[in-house]
Formats: sequence, C-alpha cells, structure tokens
Amino acid sequence: MVKAEAKNLSFYYGSVQALKNITLPILEHRVTALIGPSGCGKSTYLRCFNRMHDLYPYKHYEGEIILHPEGINIISPEVDPIEIRMRVSMVFQKPNPFPKSIYENVAYGLRVRGITKRRLVDENVEKALTEAALWEEAKDRLNDLAFNLSGGQQQRLCIARALATNPEILLFDEPTSALDPIATARIEELIHELKNRVTILIVTHNMQQAARVSDQTAFLYLGELIEYGETKTLFTNPKEKRTEDYITGRFG
Amino acid sequence: MKDLKTLIARRKFLDLLFAIVGLLALMVGVFTLLALIIDLALDGMSRLSLSFFFSYPSRFPEEAGILSAWVGTILVMFVTATTAVPLGIASGIYLEEYAPKNWFTDIIEINIANLAGVPSIIYGLMALGLFVYKLHLGQSVLTAGLTLGLLILPIVIMATREAIRAIPTSIREAAYAVGATQWQTVQDHVLPYSLGGILTGVIIGLSRAIGESAPLLTIGALTFIAFLPDPPLQTHFPFFSFEWLLSPFTVLPIQMFNWVSRPQAAFHLNAAAAGLVLLVMTLTMNGVAIYVRYLFRKRIQW
Repeated sequence: MVKAEAKNLSFYYGSVQALKNITLPILEHRVTALIGPSGCGKSTYLRCFNRMHDLYPYKHYEGEIILHPEGINIISPEVDPIEIRMRVSMVFQKPNPFPKSIYENVAYGLRVRGITKRRLVDENVEKALTEAALWEEAKDRLNDLAFNLSGGQQQRLCIARALATNPEILLFDEPTSALDPIATARIEELIHELKNRVTILIVTHNMQQAARVSDQTAFLYLGELIEYGETKTLFTNPKEKRTEDYITGRFG
Repeated sequence: MKDLKTLIARRKFLDLLFAIVGLLALMVGVFTLLALIIDLALDGMSRLSLSFFFSYPSRFPEEAGILSAWVGTILVMFVTATTAVPLGIASGIYLEEYAPKNWFTDIIEINIANLAGVPSIIYGLMALGLFVYKLHLGQSVLTAGLTLGLLILPIVIMATREAIRAIPTSIREAAYAVGATQWQTVQDHVLPYSLGGILTGVIIGLSRAIGESAPLLTIGALTFIAFLPDPPLQTHFPFFSFEWLLSPFTVLPIQMFNWVSRPQAAFHLNAAAAGLVLLVMTLTMNGVAIYVRYLFRKRIQW
C-alpha cells in the first residue's frame, strides 16, 4: 500500500535546483530510508512532506506529492501547510524540546488543536511517552524542565511530541546524528517498533543505520533519485554503479 | 638558548606594559565617575530628608523640595511605558516574525536603527509641533510621556528584535512542525522565551527616558510647579480620573536644571540632592534589568 508518492517533484532554493524530477513512493507502515552524501537533497526532500520550506522565502515547488487515501497534493498552494503538519509530524536532527516541562512538551500538539480537557491530555501524554519508550524514565518527573533530560531522552521526548497527535507519517531528519551509540540504538529500536503504527521516512547519513532500520531505501545524489528499492536488495545487489560506489564507501 | 629566554622576557614585558596601560585607562573613567558621584553625595546628602521629598519647590532653598518633581517623573514614566512598550514589542515581533524580507522592510530597519541615535532635542521639537500645536495636548504629562515614549520606541523595538533573534530556528520549527500557526508560535514560544531580553531593553529604555530634560524643556515643561496633578484614583464615582494626563508638570531633571541655574549656592545643594535621587532611581532600574536578565537566563539555555 502506498501512503504517499512524489511525482516529478522538483524543488528550488531561489534559482538553485535542489531536487530534480523525483518520483518515489512511500509505502504505508514501512520505514523508507533516504541516503546520499551531504548536499544531495535528502533533507530538502524530507522537508517537502510537511511543507517546512514554506517558512522561508525564495523557494519554489514543482510536481506533486500525493497523500493517500484522499489523494491530496501536499505541496499544492491551495493546501494549507498547517493541515499537512497536523497529519505529518517531524523529528529533527538535534533534539529541540521547548524550554518547558516534559509534560507540556508532549502536550503542545494537543494544545495547538484546542484540546484542553485535563484527562484527555493526560491520557495522550502518557500514551505518547509510552510509545516513545520514555514513560518509565519520565513518569515521576513530568513537571521537570525538558532540558534536564539527557540528549537521547530529549530526542525520545521529541518523538513523543510528534506522536502525541496521532500523525499518519513521521519524518525523521538524521535523528541520531547528535547522539551517542547507546542512545542511537534505542532510537533505532523505537523506529522499528513504531512502523506498525505510522509510516516512517528517515534521512540518515549512516548507511549501517539505513540497513538496520529501513524496509525500503532511496539513494539520492546531486538532487536526483539514483536508485530505489528493497533495502536488502539495494545494499547487497545495487543496480547502479553510483549506488554501489557510495555504499562501498568509494565516495561521499 | 639564552637568546630564546631574552626574547620571551622582552615579550612578557610588553604584556605587562599593556596590562598597566589598560588598567590606567580604566581607572581614568572609573575614578572620574566615582569622584562625581561622591561629590554629588557629599553636597546633596545634607539636604536629603523626609521633608525634602514631601515639599513643593520654594523661593527659600531650605524649604524647597522635590514632591512635584518625583510625582511628575513617575506619571510621565507611566505614560511613556504604557505607550512605548506595547507599540515597541508589537513592532519588533512584526519585523522579526511576520514582515517579508524585502527592500521596504530593509529601509524600515535602517531607519529604526538611525532613530535610536537621533538627539533627544529633535524629538522635543517634533513633539512641540505635533502634540502641542497640532493635537492641542498642551504642555502636559501626556505630551511629555508621549514624547519620551517616541524617544525610547526604537530602543524597545531593537531590544525586542535582538531578544527574538536569539531564539534558535529549531525551536520555531518544532512549534510549526506540530501544526502551530504563526500566532500560536509567537504567543506560546517566541514571546515567553524572549521576555527576559525584552524586559531588559524596556527598563534600559525607561532609565534613559527618566534622565531626559532637553525634549521636555522644548515642549515647555514648567520648572516651578507647586501643586500635584489631579490624582488618578478618586474617592467618589467613577473612582478614577484622567485629568492628571492634561495637567502641567515638572520632572526631576528639570527641577535640577532650575535649581542649578539659580545664583544662590544653597539651591545648588538642592540640585545635588535631587541628582542623587535621580541617580538612585536610574541605578535601581538598571539593577532590576540585570536581575531580570539573570532570572530568565537561568531558566532557559539553548
């Protein structure tokens, strides 16, 4: 089942074309990894899915990203980016909790939607923290400042914040690049568990990580999609020479 | 080997030399200021008494006090704060968060930076033309408060912008990513996290305004006021009044100016005492600004 698909997606920063005619399906309840060297456009591609680019001037989309089942075009100017962001959540490269309590961080997405019933918010916060594997560590200190958590815990808090509003797609932009190996392993484990519930798209610099967590992998290079396929196939038997060179560490 | 040692010794001597020169340079400034403050304190201390605070100005120096001046200062500052603070913060937020980045907003930005450097007497002239002659607000507390409000508006706007700019983009993106609108982001994140910096800027602006005399003399502040404005709170219905806004006024710097320009030495002591009061007010405000900054810094670290 396809959850979303990019069709001839191009993206420009000013006159610089960062994405060139990308056509790529995102399968439902699967983890799709985007790999490629720095500057290849993988983060740019990811940030199209929640219209993050709309926050900045001088950008320009072409083509479409169809979100199923309704088939709306995510990047169409007629579609409200806020509506998209309510359905497509994001976890960033560096943990970016708000300087508020752990509880308020997770509850923020609900507050934005005008949900104020104490019981309902409590329930959702607990559920999201449990799903993000942080509940046991955080349940006795929900009113502590989020900054008092360790880096890995902060990132799991950000995952809980993204999950609290029941998104359909969860975007991860190099979520472990600022974390140590143990915290990284926990996040990877978490991503593996979450795919039963939500469709995941993850950008990663780390090819072992892509191999470990993803079902499908797409290799981008200089704004172009070079190869897309089952992770296992792509890593063991790449069709393209450039993919092979990249995954064997010959460049990038 | 010996050469190396002499070389190092010579360079270390230069180090020491600069440390001494730097210390001397610092001392020139600090000691001059200290001398000024001590001189002011020695002159003024003898006049500081309860009756000095609760007497109107008088022809007799030992009976004269600063009641109308400090009340005037507080009322004018109140008007200044209630106008400049909301206008300044709103402008700052708009420029940082909402305004498109184009040549028009660039021009506005440059102009605001320049306005902060315009001599205060120019604001006085402008206020005389606009508030006194055109809008017929008179030589009143309201006119003075609005004039000083305009004077510190650029300071408040720039402080707001700087405080907002210190918030990392990642925090804004985090708010937008869960579906917040622009106003929700501003209200729930941008404003609360920048409040420390904004308040610091506001207090610094007010402490500049409190010492201003030139623009108030230009709009025609009176130097001899032997009455208080109508009190804002009344004992009878409707219990408050805005009469005081249109009342003539004086403020501490103008009272000082008046006393200094008298020939009798006794009045000069009064001026020193009033100066001391003004100095304490300003330093207190700056102290509060530093404390507020510390308080907010402690809670938020990026």
